[in-house]
Amino acid sequence: MSLKKYILDLRKRREKVQQGGGEKAIEKQTAMGKMTARERILALVDQDSFTEYDLFVEHEARDFGMDKKQLHGDGVIIGTGTIYGAPVCVFAQDFTVAGGSLGLMHARKITKIMDHALKMRVPLIGINDSGGARIQEGVNSLAGYGEIFYRNTIASGVIPQISVILGPCAGGAVYSPALTDFVFTVDKISKMFITGPSVIKTVLGEEISMEDLGGARVHAEITGNAHFFANSEMECFDQIKKLITFIPWNNKQKARAFPPKPPKGKVKVEDIIPSDPKNPYDVRDVIKAIVDDSDFFEIQELFAANIVIGFGRMNGDTIGFVANQPLVLAGVLDTDSSDKAARFIRYCDAFNIPIITLEDMPGYLPGIDQEHAGVIRHGAKVLYAYSEATVPKITVILRKAYGGGYIAMNSRHLHADFMFAWPTAEIAVMGPEGAANIIFKKEIEEAENPEEMRRLKVQEYKEKFANPYVAAAKGYIDSVIEPDETRKMLLHALEVSVSKEDYRPEKKHGIPPF
Amino acid sequence: MKDDNHELVDFQVLSLKYKTRLTRKYKERKKYEVPNPNEIKSVIPGTVLEIKAKKGKKLKEGEVILLLEAMKMINEIHMPFDGKIKKIFVEKGQRISKSFLMVEIE
Repeated sequence: MSLKKYILDLRKRREKVQQGGGEKAIEKQTAMGKMTARERILALVDQDSFTEYDLFVEHEARDFGMDKKQLHGDGVIIGTGTIYGAPVCVFAQDFTVAGGSLGLMHARKITKIMDHALKMRVPLIGINDSGGARIQEGVNSLAGYGEIFYRNTIASGVIPQISVILGPCAGGAVYSPALTDFVFTVDKISKMFITGPSVIKTVLGEEISMEDLGGARVHAEITGNAHFFANSEMECFDQIKKLITFIPWNNKQKARAFPPKPPKGKVKVEDIIPSDPKNPYDVRDVIKAIVDDSDFFEIQELFAANIVIGFGRMNGDTIGFVANQPLVLAGVLDTDSSDKAARFIRYCDAFNIPIITLEDMPGYLPGIDQEHAGVIRHGAKVLYAYSEATVPKITVILRKAYGGGYIAMNSRHLHADFMFAWPTAEIAVMGPEGAANIIFKKEIEEAENPEEMRRLKVQEYKEKFANPYVAAAKGYIDSVIEPDETRKMLLHALEVSVSKEDYRPEKKHGIPPF
Repeated sequence: MKDDNHELVDFQVLSLKYKTRLTRKYKERKKYEVPNPNEIKSVIPGTVLEIKAKKGKKLKEGEVILLLEAMKMINEIHMPFDGKIKKIFVEKGQRISKSFLMVEIE
């Protein structure tokens, strides 16, 4: 007897289930400008690399007429594939099946692929497009979310976890993305919130659109929940693929090395910086003039833009960059930028990625709103993250390094491995004007011409202290370098620190100022 | 996507002014207001269930002024100190947002 019959039957079953919610639901999905779950996975992973698991899983709900409903795959697709050859575990919620709602079996499929990712030590990518908990399944669906959050937490810092928000992700569901390392959003498609516009209207009588409440732009720019913003799903997948090239599969490995390339063009680093320290420049131009192929992959570009974070390569190896951005809010540290930088530093440390810090900052942002928003505890996160990190830590001070900011931005005192400073560096307890006003208060007040005396004293302070040499004389700075030597010195520092070992006392875990 | 506003402005940090851009979030931040102890504002959005006190009435510290239903709980709004109700700004059944001025006392 031929096996053909069985094979044809399998094919028929597959074909039926792979239609998800059926033609009408797919039409609706497309009309919303969204790809289907299956299309999304296929667009994300290498061609022909996707292998699906649990295609034939079905729900077990019996109440509220659910026993008569068949939900293909229970509204979620899971499986494995590769991205540029790197293995990944993927799940994608299928909005065409019962609105991608999460029931018990739906959650079990997700936790199964999460367990698999953790055991195989490969990255996990979750595509979220779901109306939320499947109400008919009651507490079972809550249990499902809880099991997902637990696994997100356990896997944190072991495997990279990526969340892609391609539709609604509301209520408790938002906490899975929030627990993961990188959240990707697409304009007009992503929606994330704890309570939606209708609840807000009922409770408060306030009207707001989904887009303004929790659209991609809000999360990319205001809340900081999103790390990437794209204008289309395809652009979003390109961003994910690019990110995968920069990060290792797990915390025991290093990111894949690429062939080394020099920076593009012949930009002289020193030409980027204006001579007046009060004038801004785009610090990303400095990074691009330093990294391989001038390829800098920025993370959270729109959120707290006064600090820049992202990946670049040096001599082919992935490096995490943290840089004050004088172009925005003068590059100050505030609650949001501290939070942004600290989390990224911890990411780099967890995944064996050396950190290069480019410093040019006037200090912490003064203000009642900042103090009340907890700039103390948020700012402390930066100190904690840098001090705790054991990956190679290199700092280059470009211009201003004042006060608490000087300490926070990976200073020697937080045990940076290499401290470089440009001759333009001003390392001081505060800016020259402020310092002169305090130190020479009496002289200025008693002078015949106080303004002239103030100017003279500011100048005196500048010459004596607003330079890198006082710190260099104490060994707080290892080397004062010419701006155009920066790449060379960084490459050398990275070469020296290839087998860096640095240990912390044994402990269960620290207690960072979350 | 870029910030809509690329304009460089003067930005004071301690003693120095820098030329820099502002973020949307910075521009839209709320100005601080000194709290007035005579104004009782809602700390949570909700619905006014019942108003117990009347205008001009003298109340002791801890006495209930009104009931505010919020997050499925009935919250008693108490007098913060001995005083007189000067004005009531809400009505029974009114839905109010957070930081809404409910009662003025003296």
